[in-house]
Amino acid sequence: MLWIVQRASAAVLALCVTVHLVTIVYAVRGGLTAADIFARTRGSLGWLAFYTLFVLAVAVHAPIGLRPVLTEWLGWRGRTREWFVAAFGVALAWLGMRAALVVFR
Amino acid sequence: MTALQVSVWRGGADGRLQAFEVPRYPSQTVLDVVTHIQRKIDPSLAYRYACRVGMCGSCAMTVNGVPRWTCRTHVDRVAKDGTLELRPLRNLPIVRDLVADMRTFFDKWERARGHFEGGATRADDFARVAPESPARQAADAGIECIGCGVCYAACDVVRWNPDYLGPAALNRAWTLITDVRDTKTAERLRAIAGDAGCHACHTHTSCTERCPMHLSPTASIAGLKRAVTKAALEGKL
Repeated sequence: MLWIVQRASAAVLALCVTVHLVTIVYAVRGGLTAADIFARTRGSLGWLAFYTLFVLAVAVHAPIGLRPVLTEWLGWRGRTREWFVAAFGVALAWLGMRAALVVFR
Repeated sequence: MTALQVSVWRGGADGRLQAFEVPRYPSQTVLDVVTHIQRKIDPSLAYRYACRVGMCGSCAMTVNGVPRWTCRTHVDRVAKDGTLELRPLRNLPIVRDLVADMRTFFDKWERARGHFEGGATRADDFARVAPESPARQAADAGIECIGCGVCYAACDVVRWNPDYLGPAALNRAWTLITDVRDTKTAERLRAIAGDAGCHACHTHTSCTERCPMHLSPTASIAGLKRAVTKAALEGKL
C-alpha cells in the first residue's frame, strides 16, 4: 500500500513541481517584485489550495522514500524507524504549511 | 603458448587470494582454467560445476569482479590483459574457495512460493494454453532461468537488504503468476509484496545486465508490482 501511495503522490508532485517551476520562471522574467507576488498570493484561496496539495504530497512521498534509504544505508529497521519517518513527514507538512500560509495571509 | 596469471580465492570468508599460472589454450573457458588448477596444480581447490554447457547453473563465480557463468565465459573475452581474479559469488556465505552456500538463495524461492500449485487432478484433461496468449508470452519470457545465482550476486538491493527475495525468486514468482494453470496467485502476491519483496527493487537492472540466459528479472519484477497494485485496488490481497 505504501508503494501505491508513493506512486500516486509522485504523480501529484510531477504536476505540482511543473506548475511551481513555471510560475517561478514567469514571475522572475516578468520582473515582479516580492510585493507584487504577495499582492497576487495574499487572500488567494486557489494558490493556498495548490500549495497545500503540494506540501501534503511532499509530506507523504518523501518519508516513504526515506524508509528504504534508512534500512539500506544505516541498517535501521523496526518500530523506531517507522516513528522517525512519520515524524519526518509531520515536520515536512508543518514547515511546508507554515510557508504556504505566510504567502496567503 | 602464453600463460595466464590467475588469482583464486582460497578458504572461507576470512580467506585470501592465491596466485596460479595456467597455460593459455584456444577457446579456453574460465571453467577450463579452474579445472586445470584443480587437476594439475592443487587438487584441494573446491569449486562447483556439472553440465559444462550452460544448462545446470552450478558453475557461477565472480570473474574479475563480475558474476558470470564460467563454463560459457571465454577467457579471451574477460582476461584481455592476461589476468583473472576468481572469487565465489557475492551476497552468499562462502563454503570454501569458489563454492558459495546457495541455501539462502533457494530458501528465498520457497518464501516467494516459487513452486507450481495447480488445481487439476490426474483425472482432468490436459490444460490447453495458447502459446501466443499474453500471459503465456510473459511466462515464457522468464521461464528459462537456470538458477545460477548470477543475478542475486549482481543485485545491490540484496547486498543492502539481506531479507530481499532477490531477482531470481521474484522472476520465478512472476512466471507462476502468469501461468493460467496455477491457482495460488493471491497467496503468492502476498508472499512477494512488501519491503523484502518486489517493492524493494530499485530497478538498477544489474540482474538483467548480468543474466547469462538474457532474461529480464527487472521486467518480471515490474510485472509483479503491477499485479500487486491491481490486486490491492481490487481488494484481493
